[in-house]
Amino acid sequence: MKNSNLYSGEFACLEKANVDTDQIIPKQFLKSISKTGLGPYLFDAWRFIDEGYLGKNLSDRKINPDFILNKPLYSQINVLIADDNFGCGSSREHAVWALKDFGINVVIASSFGDIFFNNCFKNGVLAIKISQEQINEIFFQQNNNSQKQIEIDLINQNIKIPNIKLIDFEIDDFRKNCLLEGLDDIGFSLKYETEISNYENKLKQSRPWVLNE
Amino acid sequence: MSQNTLYDKIWEDHFVVDREDGSTLMYIDRHLVHEVTSPQAFDGLRENNLTPRQINTIIATPDHNVPTTERSKDIDGIQDPISKLQVVTLNDNCDEFGINQFKLNDERQGIVHVIGPEQGITLPGMTIVCGDSHTSTHGAFGSLAMGIGTSEVEHVLATQCLVSQKQKNMLIEIVGKLQNGVTAKDITMFIIGRIGTAGGTGHVIEYSGEAIENLSMEGRMTLCNMAIEAGARAGMVAPDDKTFDYVSDKPFAPKGKDLEEAINYWKTLKSDPNASFDKIHTFDAEDILPQVTWGTSPEMVTHIDDSIPEIKGNNKALISALDYMGLKPGTKIKDIELDQIFIGSCTNSRIEDLRAASKILDGNKISKNIKRAIVVPGSGLVKKQAESEGLDEIFKSAGFEWRDAGCSMCLGMNPDQLKEFERCASTSNRNFEGRQGFKGRTHLVSPIMAAAASLEGKFMDVREL
Repeated sequence: MKNSNLYSGEFACLEKANVDTDQIIPKQFLKSISKTGLGPYLFDAWRFIDEGYLGKNLSDRKINPDFILNKPLYSQINVLIADDNFGCGSSREHAVWALKDFGINVVIASSFGDIFFNNCFKNGVLAIKISQEQINEIFFQQNNNSQKQIEIDLINQNIKIPNIKLIDFEIDDFRKNCLLEGLDDIGFSLKYETEISNYENKLKQSRPWVLNE
Repeated sequence: MSQNTLYDKIWEDHFVVDREDGSTLMYIDRHLVHEVTSPQAFDGLRENNLTPRQINTIIATPDHNVPTTERSKDIDGIQDPISKLQVVTLNDNCDEFGINQFKLNDERQGIVHVIGPEQGITLPGMTIVCGDSHTSTHGAFGSLAMGIGTSEVEHVLATQCLVSQKQKNMLIEIVGKLQNGVTAKDITMFIIGRIGTAGGTGHVIEYSGEAIENLSMEGRMTLCNMAIEAGARAGMVAPDDKTFDYVSDKPFAPKGKDLEEAINYWKTLKSDPNASFDKIHTFDAEDILPQVTWGTSPEMVTHIDDSIPEIKGNNKALISALDYMGLKPGTKIKDIELDQIFIGSCTNSRIEDLRAASKILDGNKISKNIKRAIVVPGSGLVKKQAESEGLDEIFKSAGFEWRDAGCSMCLGMNPDQLKEFERCASTSNRNFEGRQGFKGRTHLVSPIMAAAASLEGKFMDVREL
């Protein structure tokens, strides 16, 4: 699936450093054997006051009105702006599946957990690193001016938010292309079948214990 | 001659090709699979008509969801139908694709990061992946071991390669000797306290120095296990004679001439004397005291003689962590009263952990205010070994429950969980909110500190015993 070059919409700020993937999607939801349907449980222990479980009906839940994503102002967001080290901890890809299912397709932070960062791109979610100063300025604009409009231009690598100077960002070419082209990662790697086979033939000589043949 | 780090060497030995998009295909030698992060990957294979490329490099076991009681009932002992479905799905997938699995009723079943080394599936110089962030554990053998996501699990199954980018090199040296009562767990927690949970992001950490060389293989596993808690996808220790001795008699290790050849290769796996690292941290072993976490991130850690930090200014992270933990600034660590004790997890559930904890407990009883204390061996074989040494009797006489192998209360995907507001001294690796149970409060410690705390009902300095 190809992504468009331009993302526009609304953002919300999650002002908390070191948000781990256990918070993004708590463990009881990892029992799902599907990639879809996790959106209702995104940030479950923060969005709700009661303890959630897979299949629990939204109408039976006690909503935490103080949590940012529960505020009516932010009911339409598709971009999440977070603090330092977002998505640290567990490798659970369910965290990205939950964000995506909830409708968030861009996450911006000053740094990310490495595995989470990779998982984002594998699922067509754009993860952008910008400086903490820039993050703080965005937090300030949202807190003081209720700013929530955002436009992201992936080809030109910049972020437009009213009242803030255009923010440029860096992104690896392969991740950028992966999003723009909607790459089939496995299909792409399988184009290197000859190289993989050659490696394996050498491996049988150099480290014969690896393949246990 | 160019000077390379251990990581550089393993990277080079596993380089397959640079893809035209600028990423690199790195060959994967071992793939560990469990029930939680694999179902969607197997679905992907089926959808695309693919099969695992190198079936002999894969080993599977159920660990996250499994109950630690009533194991004689096998899969019917899993009460939660959703958990059960996940374990059944792993069985079905392994059967369909011909993957070697240590099933629930196999005595070799256990936590993936315990059984890999135990079976000699983990060997020096290998690239090892698993859909679990604590795969870093296997770096103890001088292998490059990393947690991956489910899309990557599918990719590795189909291609035997991981799409990679070279990480930076970080060296963490621990010079000198550890004090008595200070363990590998304390080292790894101390490091996280110093460099922070994002300190190692983007890096592979190599641990070195006298204190690291002196660690047993199991100690090194504990150390590398929590590299991910310092933000590094992989942590490693260069293999030495201790490593070669440990792996030599393991079932899946090479034998005879193959083993000799392997050891000759493994001996080359160390950083060259003038290899350059992007970052170096040096700590003195003597400065490391028994560690206890007090907050909701592994970097919120201090030593047993210290107190909860004071709140300066509007430190939101600190305020919210202390609020969650139900703790006040200035409280002495030794005054924190506990409800539960958990000895287990991929960090600390191996035989040496159980021996050390049982030594503290021998002839003693746990405090009356401890509502529950459980020991969960890391594998069926660890359990068997412990029982042959009579450790189970020591634990049971002290008031601990003696359980079957699995991840258990490290993340509470099975019924072993904290109740709301219960406070636990845990030998696991994450003190995140809700990790051990909804609103549960986790303090990470070493096995001997957990054992000592069980006797006192609150934290105490194990060195005083």
